[in-house]
Amino acid sequence: MNRPRSGGLRSHIPELAILATLIAAPVMLPHLGFSIDLLTRVLNWGLIGLGFDILFGLAGLLSFGQAAFYGVGGFVTAYLLVSGTLSSVWLALAAGTISAGAFGLVVGWLAVRRIGIYFTMITLAFGQMAYFIENSPLSHYTGGENGIPGVPVPVLGFGEHAIRIGAGLPMYVLFAVIFFGGYVLARRIVRSPVGAILLAIKENTARVAMLGHNVPAYKLAAFVIAALYAGLAGGLLGSFQSYMPPDAFSLETSGQLVVQTIVGGANTLIGPLVGAAVWLWLRDNLQLIPGLTTLWKLVLGIAFIALVVGLRRGICGEIIHWLTERRTLSARRAAEAATEAIEAGAVKTASSRARDTALPLPSPATGNGDIALEACALARHYGGLKAVDGVSFKVRCGSIHAVIGPNGAGKSTLFKMLLDEVSPTSGHVLLFGSQVTGHGVSRTAQFGIAKSNQLNQLFPNLSVRKNLRIAALARRRGPLRIDLLRTADSLPEVEAQIDAIMALLDLAARADTPAHILAYGEKRRLEIGMAFATSPKVLLLDEPLAGMSPSERAATCALIRDIARTCTVVIVEHDLDAIFGLAERITVLYEGRLLADGTADEIRGNQRVQDAYLGGLHAHEPA
Amino acid sequence: MPSWPALASQAFNGLALGSLLALVSSGLTIILGTLGVLNFAHGALFAVGAYAAFVMLQYTQSFLLAIAVGCGFMLVLGFLLERLIIRFFYGRPHEDQILVTYGIGIVLVECVRAVFGGNAQRVPTPSWGQGATQLGFLIYPTYRLQLIAIIATLLVGLYLVLYRTSMGLVVRAGIENPGMVGILGINLRRTFLLVFAIGVVAVGLAGMLYAPVVAVTPDMGANFMAQSFVVIVLGGLGSFPGAVVGGLIAGEIVSLTSAFNSSYSEVMLYALMALLLVLRPQGLFGSEGRV
Repeated sequence: MNRPRSGGLRSHIPELAILATLIAAPVMLPHLGFSIDLLTRVLNWGLIGLGFDILFGLAGLLSFGQAAFYGVGGFVTAYLLVSGTLSSVWLALAAGTISAGAFGLVVGWLAVRRIGIYFTMITLAFGQMAYFIENSPLSHYTGGENGIPGVPVPVLGFGEHAIRIGAGLPMYVLFAVIFFGGYVLARRIVRSPVGAILLAIKENTARVAMLGHNVPAYKLAAFVIAALYAGLAGGLLGSFQSYMPPDAFSLETSGQLVVQTIVGGANTLIGPLVGAAVWLWLRDNLQLIPGLTTLWKLVLGIAFIALVVGLRRGICGEIIHWLTERRTLSARRAAEAATEAIEAGAVKTASSRARDTALPLPSPATGNGDIALEACALARHYGGLKAVDGVSFKVRCGSIHAVIGPNGAGKSTLFKMLLDEVSPTSGHVLLFGSQVTGHGVSRTAQFGIAKSNQLNQLFPNLSVRKNLRIAALARRRGPLRIDLLRTADSLPEVEAQIDAIMALLDLAARADTPAHILAYGEKRRLEIGMAFATSPKVLLLDEPLAGMSPSERAATCALIRDIARTCTVVIVEHDLDAIFGLAERITVLYEGRLLADGTADEIRGNQRVQDAYLGGLHAHEPA
Repeated sequence: MPSWPALASQAFNGLALGSLLALVSSGLTIILGTLGVLNFAHGALFAVGAYAAFVMLQYTQSFLLAIAVGCGFMLVLGFLLERLIIRFFYGRPHEDQILVTYGIGIVLVECVRAVFGGNAQRVPTPSWGQGATQLGFLIYPTYRLQLIAIIATLLVGLYLVLYRTSMGLVVRAGIENPGMVGILGINLRRTFLLVFAIGVVAVGLAGMLYAPVVAVTPDMGANFMAQSFVVIVLGGLGSFPGAVVGGLIAGEIVSLTSAFNSSYSEVMLYALMALLLVLRPQGLFGSEGRV
């Protein structure tokens, strides 16, 4: 597939298409029932939609409260101008936009802590709150139900040469220029590392956090971006109709934005604009037809339900899907065929892996023999059940350390406590002597503990390369970085690392294949590779061999040995043959307690361990 | 500082509004708790209920009969919505469920508007609810007192259904752990259908009972829906006791605040929600980790 690394004309086709459409629209579309004012209004909705699409289409956060920011931007701008506090429309617009962003920061801070239904309800409730604040307590400033009339239009230049941007075509041009700027910026945001992380959050929020990204902060960033776009659009609305209406704040406004986005197509950026064109065109033109005056919204509502039930992609989404499907169909077919071949066992797992792949990772800073990870009296009780009960052990730097035990010994719970996925009832974990416990899973990842999960936690619709990129960006960029203007693939060292890891995982040929198409063994390798791509100091592997065929097991064991040359590895596994082949030291758990801890040979000869396994087998499970 | 009689009168207003919100929110919360669907058509169904009372009253001339027929209508509407649309959305993401119910809401409101027009309609107070009642310390409109009593009875009835019948047991178990109920071999299809219909009847009844107190318009439900969202955030998602207590708290906050400064009455409600989100995000009756 194409990898537009340094721009090129091809990667700017969307921008050029938008530009051409914006220029052609006032010439062509009036014949189809779009007046210039209608087009300007469509652009205004499209501008809020750019921000909303980053929030909803990209990050998957459905807000029903965007009217609040539209209204705040609009009323702050209008008040500053009409009260005479500011005389420049441009300055007032900037102030209104910033106010909306600040309000978005407050509301978002409360809203992003909750997910799904809660998030939507909270945004809706704050939208209503803003409406009532405008309507009553602040009505002295906002005019309450009357709104603010007499908002001036912007002026370009100074003194005698100043040009007033009047109604009609000049206003359209202003809105078109601002929309185009907003679109170019939004597209850069989508293609930035922040955009990549937001998309990953929509795919699998928990994994993004586990890789070390500060998920709430990124969500909040998307929320504020959406609020800024809405605020700017609100400010422009007052100038456009020389009146700031209170219904900018209404629930109707938020709902209309959501409907337009779905109709036009979410995660396309221009979807909301197209949806607004449909909505406003229907409203203006169906109203002229006798008998249909009140029915236009009913028609729209039915169409909306049909879209949600059937065609989730919306108008632009379907067009983009149709265009890319034709281009990528053969590639996808080939990828699926390759998967079938691997799963049928027709392809030998290629062991042609370059053993000397130079991993672009720093060697462990401290020499062998130091303690990398130390569990101190870790315990986790669930009511009366002591899943883990006072377990202590040390993992030497640079070693492969295994944790084994019969089913129910507490291995998974112990593992989850090592990276603070589960907080211990008592005890703590030290990484190179500094405390990890109590910081939460994403801070722990930033400290340098990564984990590959027993059940795959991939980003199913992203390609292998993009899966690894989300992981590789985590520790390199830190928990939060708002680098909106660089492209996600513009860090050469990250791309080199991804290439090296793909070679190591034997997935180089699958770089552009979506993760959900991969064969099972490949998905398991990608799961491990993602944890490894964060360049951890300690890598935890939870049953990496589960469900693999014998040849895949051998290949994965070789992979683990390769990985262990650059970082300390702790492994939980049921395949004892593999464990004794891999691990230098082994910790044995039995019924939540530490049974034995020693070198592989010591454990092999330990009578108590043998009793526990055999006794455990007899007592609990015949298999 | 307002006078004591004014404050007492507002407290009663709060009780009337609060019991109404409790009924609306119970419908919302049992649907959410059992089916996992946040019903964005709830406000529209409130308005449909009010219009049902308006129409039936013209045919039957009896308020009680109108309400009985109206309930039957809401029940059928609930069955149809669940069978035709909602049931296909149980396995889909929450966002899809919200969007489709929002779409249903638009269609219902626009159907009402197409039939009755956008102007406000008046539903007369029933003959037995005319005038005012002397309560000793204050004189209060009779119908509002009856409204409180009727809704209290309805909520007790709903409580009995939820806590004293086998279907209620399934519903409450479904709220705790929907997967486990299915594993136990209980057929959830009929339960889901019934719960959705009960939720629709509850909000429809609220609309019918409230119709004589307010102007009936197609958009009248939107604000009630937003307030009932606040109520279930206050009470905890899916919690029936939470919806009742949260509803009463919300009603009293709106009414008592307006005794002091009417312009802040609605704002206070949302401010309280913001405060609770910071201090106790799972709500008053919600358990940690459910959402």
